[in-house]
Amino acid sequence: MKVEWNTFWPRILEATGETITMVLFTLIFASMIGLAIGLLLFVTRKGNILENRIVFLSLNLLINIIRPIPFIIFLVAVSPLTRLFMGTTIGTAAAVLPMTIAASFAVARVVENNLVSIDPGIIEAAQAMGASPLQIIFGVLIPEALGPLILGITFITVGLIDFSAMAGTVGGGGLGDLAMTYGYQRFDTSVMIVTVVILILLVQVAQFIGNFLSRLFLRR
Amino acid sequence: MITFEQVSKSFGTKENEIKAVQDVSLEINKGEIFGVIGFSGAGKSTLLRLVNLLEQPTSGKIIVNDQQVNQLSQKELRKLRSRIGMIFQSFNLFSSRTVYGNIAYPLKLAGWTKNKIDERVKELLRFVALEDKADKYPENLSGGQKQRVGIARALATSPDILICDEATSALDPETTDEILSLLRRVNKEYSITIMLITHEMHVIKSICNRVAVMENGKVIEEGQVFDLFTKPQKKTTKNFIRSVLNDQLSYHLYEKLKKEQRGRMFRIIFKEGVSNEPILSRTCKRYEVDFNIIYGNINELQERLFGSLIVEFIGEEKEVQRVIEELAEIVELKEMIEYES
Repeated sequence: MKVEWNTFWPRILEATGETITMVLFTLIFASMIGLAIGLLLFVTRKGNILENRIVFLSLNLLINIIRPIPFIIFLVAVSPLTRLFMGTTIGTAAAVLPMTIAASFAVARVVENNLVSIDPGIIEAAQAMGASPLQIIFGVLIPEALGPLILGITFITVGLIDFSAMAGTVGGGGLGDLAMTYGYQRFDTSVMIVTVVILILLVQVAQFIGNFLSRLFLRR
Repeated sequence: MITFEQVSKSFGTKENEIKAVQDVSLEINKGEIFGVIGFSGAGKSTLLRLVNLLEQPTSGKIIVNDQQVNQLSQKELRKLRSRIGMIFQSFNLFSSRTVYGNIAYPLKLAGWTKNKIDERVKELLRFVALEDKADKYPENLSGGQKQRVGIARALATSPDILICDEATSALDPETTDEILSLLRRVNKEYSITIMLITHEMHVIKSICNRVAVMENGKVIEEGQVFDLFTKPQKKTTKNFIRSVLNDQLSYHLYEKLKKEQRGRMFRIIFKEGVSNEPILSRTCKRYEVDFNIIYGNINELQERLFGSLIVEFIGEEKEVQRVIEELAEIVELKEMIEYES
């Protein structure tokens, strides 16, 4: 079957826009939620500034339950929730919800891992100055971990581009959807190649921005 | 200024309890430099962290500036902490902040205005002689410079007390002396009470007025540095003193000297006040006795001299005896009959 290129290009453009929208919105929401969960996970650890066994263990358990679920299954599993909040399970906006939930827990782990690598002596120094837990979180923990944190979030962003392709297959739109419907189901290799090339370019750009930003904040 | 009353601190579970600090009572006076020395694991670091409650005591009272710290609310505790500066062995500077930013941070916490912060930071940079490094990040500084930033940061809020956790242990000898003289200036110019812990007797000898020796969580000896150096009681204390004042001959050398001995060998111990009189030559001259200084070690400690000489007296037996008797009235003499370890 022959592709009609004059209608194909606008569609590609639209799909790329949808993918970027899904990834960007997910990134914004998941970074905020993930940062909050990751920080909570870190500060409630044993011996830390807001040590709390119950909070730590339940968050830890929750993350370990959500994380291993394959995204394509998770997508279907949370669809009732998606319908409840978004009114529909189809479309770009609806895809952002499951993507955000899944990505938040991934971000939380990345945040926690980067915070753990901060020298505890630095936190102790801030405590010795009379800093409150909140002042330590925003004035010490986040700035100290920011460089590696950005790299970690960049890593997740690349994963999100992958997520968005899967979300596409269940009606989220975007490049994934395009590649499936045109490329896979209609055996059109050229569409497949174009979408894959665009996905690769998106990943390159994301990684470039991430590297640039992290270098700006990395002081070690 | 800082009082410990029967303070104990244990870690671990009931079955596997580690008693880091056991029943310590200490009094640190306003304006002094108080040192706590001990080997690693002696509990000195825990003791120091009890002052600003980075560690909670298991029992006992800690009183700082008339406030019992282990009874304060979180808010009161944070306020007290801003009155106690702290510096660390590994400096613990914020790697994401510049030198300027590090020193400004405690002032930001205290809610100072930007202009006042700027003024204070610049004053402190001048005090630690790092004006040209204000915009550098800690990673670009040497160890000594990092510790100077640490000191400036600790002094930012004009605390009354500075506590130092092995502040010079990561530095080379030359830089150590530079930091120690800076700490002495902090003590003199800002009249800040300093409590420091160390495993280096050199630090105690250089700047402390009083010292406590810790072993296995307990204070085993305490007193004026001069008294401790001249009259140590405990073996650990003697070992620490020997690490900076080596007044012992090796066994090998002692045996060799004994073989070649022509007269009687004495250790003459000098204490305050007598070291600047020519007593040895004056006495020996009067009795026509020769003296031969074999080994000597005279030190300055707290602007006083003390130490010992190993001297051989050669001459008529009766005359030598007279010299010994006369000298014994002025200085402490100990005949070296067998090897002292």
